[in-house]
Amino acid sequence: MSPARRLPQGGRIDRRRRLRFTFDGRSFEGHPGDTLASALLANDVLLVARSFKYHRPRGIFSAGQEEPSALVQLERPGGRRDPNLRATRQELFDGLIAYSQNRWPTLRVDVAALNDRLAPLFPAGFYYKTFMWPRWAWKALYEPSIRRMAGLGQAPTEPDPDRYEHRFAHCDLLVAGAGAAGLVAALVAVRAGLRVIVAEDDVAIGGWLLGEGSARVRLDGERPDLWLAQVRAELEAAPKCRLLCRTTVFGCYDHNFVALLERVADHLPEPPAGLPRQRLWKVRARQVLLATGTLERPIAFPGNDRPGVMLAGAAATYLHRFAVLAGQEVVLFGNHDGIYAIARDLRWAGARVTLVDSRQRPAPRLVDELRDLGCEVRTASVVVGTGGRLRLQQVHLTTRARAQETTGLPEVIPADLLLVSGGHNPDLALFAQARGRLVWEEARGIFLPGEAPWPVRVAGGANGCPTVAAAFADALRVAREIVIDLGRTPPSVPLPLVEEPGAAAIEPLWRVPMPKPRQRAKAFVDLQDDVTVKDLELAIREGYGAIEHLKRYTTTGMGTDQGKTGNVVALGLAAETQGTSVPELGYTTFRQPYLPVPFGAVVGPHRGRLFDPVRLPPSHAWAERQGAVFEPVGQWRRARYFPRTGETMEQAIAREARTVRQACGLMDASTLGKIDVRGPDAAEFLNRLYTNDWKRLAIGRCRYGLLLRDDGMVLDDGVGARLGDHHFHLTTTTGGAARVLAWFEEWLQTEWPHLRVYLTSVTEQWAAFALSGPQAREVLRPLVEGVDLSPQAFPHMSVREGRVAGVPARLFRISFTGELGFEINVPAGYGAYVWERLVEAGEPHGLVVYGTETMHLLRAEKGYIVIGQETDGTVSPIDLGMEWLIARGKGDFLGSRSLARPEMRRPDRKQLVGLLPRDPAMVLDEGAQIVEDPTASPPAPTLGHVTSSYASPNLGRTFALALVAGGRSRIGQQLYVTRLEGPPVAVEVTAPVFWDPEGKRLHA
Amino acid sequence: MVRYSIFTLARNALTGHEHWPRAWRSPDPRPAYEVVIVGGGGHGLATAYYLAKEHGIRDVAVLERGWLGGGNTGRNTTIVRSNYLHPESAALYDHAVKLWRDLSQVLNFNVMYSDRGVMMLAHSQHDVHILKRHVHANRMAGVDNEWLSPQEAKEYCPPLSIDPRARYPVLGAALQRRGGVARHDAVAWGYARAADALGVDIIQNCEVTAIRRDGARVVGVETTRGYIATKKLGLVVAGHTSVLCAMAGFRMPLESVPLQALVSEPVKPVFPCVVMSNTVHAYISQSDKGELVIGAGTDQYVSYSQRGGLQVIEHALEAICELFPMFSRMRMMRQWGGIVDVTPDRSPIIGKSPVEGLYLNCGWGTGGFKATPGSGHVFAWTIAKDEPHPLAAPFSLDRFTTGRLIDEAAAAAVAH
Repeated sequence: MSPARRLPQGGRIDRRRRLRFTFDGRSFEGHPGDTLASALLANDVLLVARSFKYHRPRGIFSAGQEEPSALVQLERPGGRRDPNLRATRQELFDGLIAYSQNRWPTLRVDVAALNDRLAPLFPAGFYYKTFMWPRWAWKALYEPSIRRMAGLGQAPTEPDPDRYEHRFAHCDLLVAGAGAAGLVAALVAVRAGLRVIVAEDDVAIGGWLLGEGSARVRLDGERPDLWLAQVRAELEAAPKCRLLCRTTVFGCYDHNFVALLERVADHLPEPPAGLPRQRLWKVRARQVLLATGTLERPIAFPGNDRPGVMLAGAAATYLHRFAVLAGQEVVLFGNHDGIYAIARDLRWAGARVTLVDSRQRPAPRLVDELRDLGCEVRTASVVVGTGGRLRLQQVHLTTRARAQETTGLPEVIPADLLLVSGGHNPDLALFAQARGRLVWEEARGIFLPGEAPWPVRVAGGANGCPTVAAAFADALRVAREIVIDLGRTPPSVPLPLVEEPGAAAIEPLWRVPMPKPRQRAKAFVDLQDDVTVKDLELAIREGYGAIEHLKRYTTTGMGTDQGKTGNVVALGLAAETQGTSVPELGYTTFRQPYLPVPFGAVVGPHRGRLFDPVRLPPSHAWAERQGAVFEPVGQWRRARYFPRTGETMEQAIAREARTVRQACGLMDASTLGKIDVRGPDAAEFLNRLYTNDWKRLAIGRCRYGLLLRDDGMVLDDGVGARLGDHHFHLTTTTGGAARVLAWFEEWLQTEWPHLRVYLTSVTEQWAAFALSGPQAREVLRPLVEGVDLSPQAFPHMSVREGRVAGVPARLFRISFTGELGFEINVPAGYGAYVWERLVEAGEPHGLVVYGTETMHLLRAEKGYIVIGQETDGTVSPIDLGMEWLIARGKGDFLGSRSLARPEMRRPDRKQLVGLLPRDPAMVLDEGAQIVEDPTASPPAPTLGHVTSSYASPNLGRTFALALVAGGRSRIGQQLYVTRLEGPPVAVEVTAPVFWDPEGKRLHA
Repeated sequence: MVRYSIFTLARNALTGHEHWPRAWRSPDPRPAYEVVIVGGGGHGLATAYYLAKEHGIRDVAVLERGWLGGGNTGRNTTIVRSNYLHPESAALYDHAVKLWRDLSQVLNFNVMYSDRGVMMLAHSQHDVHILKRHVHANRMAGVDNEWLSPQEAKEYCPPLSIDPRARYPVLGAALQRRGGVARHDAVAWGYARAADALGVDIIQNCEVTAIRRDGARVVGVETTRGYIATKKLGLVVAGHTSVLCAMAGFRMPLESVPLQALVSEPVKPVFPCVVMSNTVHAYISQSDKGELVIGAGTDQYVSYSQRGGLQVIEHALEAICELFPMFSRMRMMRQWGGIVDVTPDRSPIIGKSPVEGLYLNCGWGTGGFKATPGSGHVFAWTIAKDEPHPLAAPFSLDRFTTGRLIDEAAAAAVAH
């Protein structure tokens, strides 16, 4: 099939190459340089979509990223499905497969188009007024149907095979938009020696000059291409300039943090090897210049949505850039001078043109010129309707004066293309994102940029410049300001001489006045969400007149295009209807992103393995070789237990736990947080943070420390060791390492900056191995040099420095099992080596390596708490029975005032106790609730919960720790513990220490 | 009030919908009211509605600085659930869930409450422990919550990846089937319309500029639309409570931080429920319109600006793509921020204040939307009777003095 609407010559397409593509299964051809939309239009495919609500037939409305209607779904190999793509922006590639959306069974015959017939029942917000009866039917019936009708395309079902990159960049000036203004500004900045990034959404630089402007404008007497080529060459050659095409500035965040999305491979079937699909740039710019141009706006009139109704500028773009004449019988409807030039171009390309100008008296010169070309010109006239089912066939005209009359039929003329232009809005979305204020200009009915809170400037069309010459001059002026602001001298940049039509006069028109009654007339403001003028009027009538209410009630501007073409029309209409002004009504917030951004691009490389760093302790490789089972603990991967062949988890843990108590065990505790605290005020600082008294801790001794939040609740715990007068080594819990250091720094930096204390995280620097059990000393002895391990010389809770296995080491005599214990700290680089020496040395003594499960079991037998298990932010040291850790007379510390509150001493607060199930084989659920009355039905009061629960091989039975209201006074009582399946089970309340309560083994 | 129904809709269709009345009037403020509510969000409007409906107090004004529902009511991710850990919280939120069930019918305004189920994921042994504790506690509190295996979780939410090789594999989930989502704007509008019909004056664009006291008692407020006398003043203004209380002469234990959310482009139904994960930190549902509604985290610093940085969104989407790898090609359509007012124990403050006749309802943090009906209901009682509703009593301001905190941060399974 020969492309029906493609002109024999012209355009920026490569006619030597043909690209095959399919749309809804039909095959077509296009050329490199085409968008999917231009190729479809060239093939006379006008019907491309169905609308969101009424399922009305829709076509291609624009030629760019602002497209509200022509959304399609692309299917590429490898499960690459992309719903809701704008056909007007998707570059054509060979083998492209596209489908229409939101229709069943086919685009031409869509059952849901019945909605359009029932439209009188579906005005704005109808769903708030119905579907309420009967109550069950909302979820069972109404909502599922609404959901099926809503949505546009289909979500992908396969994991995304593509890769996305993140790049960081800094620059002096970021220019958004490489049209006339952006390019001039970039030239100025580059010649001034600034570091410049120029981002252009389109495939090439030039903006408006690539399409409509290429026919209309001469620069130094030549077509703009020549100038564009020179500029491109200069920018590309400049070492400090980066020119990025196919790159959208999608987010202006605080203080000129700007996010860009570069479409590296979206114009290809799939990304070439080694390249990502897209690249997200995070740019810190000293200055930002927005040269984002304008967006054409439509006019609301009945039937302004049919396939074949298009923005006037879009038709010009299709004509000049893609050599597509979008229609033969063209009606051009607008309210400004700019449409005359388009009419002329279309006429020259061979179309029959009727121009409908809403203004009373357009410049006679323009009218005469067009009439001389054989075009019909109607002034003071408006389009009041259209005809045709799946494509436009007629346009209904009348004079402006008669538009509101109910009698008298409008004139009907045949047409296959209706072009609309209500003027051009400066595209200030990015400026508003950057918190720039928008100022209304009544004469042209447009917003212009006002003040901005940081260096963001606007130039060219986006700054209201009506012509290329004005844009050039404006960009030159603004770029010079920027150069001067950055302390440079503005260079000379001679501008080309511009020949172009003059500035276009305009009389704002939001909608065509319509007669009443007009129940069937749908004049659309938001084409994607099917919002009509009547919807806006209804919302206002019902009191939803605030602009945000209007948006939310009617959903205008809430589609994927975020109202790029319709928003200002809606705003103008709303102001007009309410008899107020646009500035009084205000505008809705412009949110990021400017254009939709794939989640994958935002995520970048942080997928799968790189989602979060995996931290591994020094023994990890050894543990893997032993077949250990691992578990995630925060970012760490820790060995959970070390099963031998054929062992279950329970068996492995029982063996590990028994062996530690009978002989000895070794565990990698390197994940514990470690903070090196130094400085003359170190002890004072720690005294203020911890409940303990660190000033009275002797050098070489350790202390178990408790950190409280300011509300008196336990935040973290750990062991502190004094290595010198001004030097402490503190440990934190594994999960608390970062939090505790941040907590330290916050207090040090914000409250006590005068304290001379220096904090360094040394978690990664020290490997820490816990060796404990009756044989621990014997295992260690042969490996140690320079430390007397005898109980007298090296008592419990002390620290020594020496060598272990020939490696410089710190030895802590501490224990988390309740057995004689040493924690061997060596520089992490020696960790794996020392670990293996310890394992070897332990072999003759029956040493077992154990994991986190056994660690938890052993410490629970001893009644030692685990932060986050026995505590949850609501537990005080008093609740834990750890009042002995609160040093008296050392002065104030964090949480001390809170501990004095009466509530803290209440006897019925939840206190840490032990539980022994009556059935010694019953392992209680951790998290299970504790009740007094096992028969009470919910809602029933509970006394607390099980915090830790295990089967203990050493006790020969199960046991648990729990927080129980008034628990210490309930010791000996029988209570009940809930289960997920079955009735509560009986337990006896006990003291929380089950193993060696006197501590003989610990001090051995 | 013209009743909304399919019949009135059809009848109005015949006349081109030209005769619908205003959903609520737009009166000028009168010089005095029995009760003045400051804040025209969901909670404030609900309070006014229940004052009129349940306590017969119709001489009520709701003063809103901007437009109704313009704060967190219109900025949240619309999740409703009551599976809170502490019995006081569970009772309060479950009170709300019960009101949500019939809210559309009671207000005669479809707020689209849909109990699609809220599933919270566990990714570590610690998470399993915490979520199971929730299940046990909720059951005893009479709140539904059940434990699901990874396979059961996937059956409930087919897009969920339960790949055991994942960085943070799903180890199980707690499911509250009665939880769900609602249409946030409709809640504000529905309450406004119903309150207005009972005689409440809803006054938009009316900012309170001063609170007048006579000794220990409140006597009225200065506003941008003139002085309004009242003996009972309810402040329901989220983070700005600090500002208003400063006008009344006392300080509040509140901090305000931006919380962000985003929506994708709309697609056909793909996501049946609500999924939350505190460990990888994201939550997600699909709106009736088809957008994936995704909640992100808070910014690190206090602020009143209703926007936030990209890095927070980035983090949330990383989590979403880990849990639902097929959504990588879905596209973010709009991101926004709200301001959450956070108390030291992450539970709200409802009740009396140091100033007689001045009542407080604030501090809902990231969880206020779900509580809207319950919050309004107990707050109206508190104002009408000048004593805390039994469900509100534990949430008094003085708990920060006595220390009887209700720490839900602890309970949220967020490593605290």
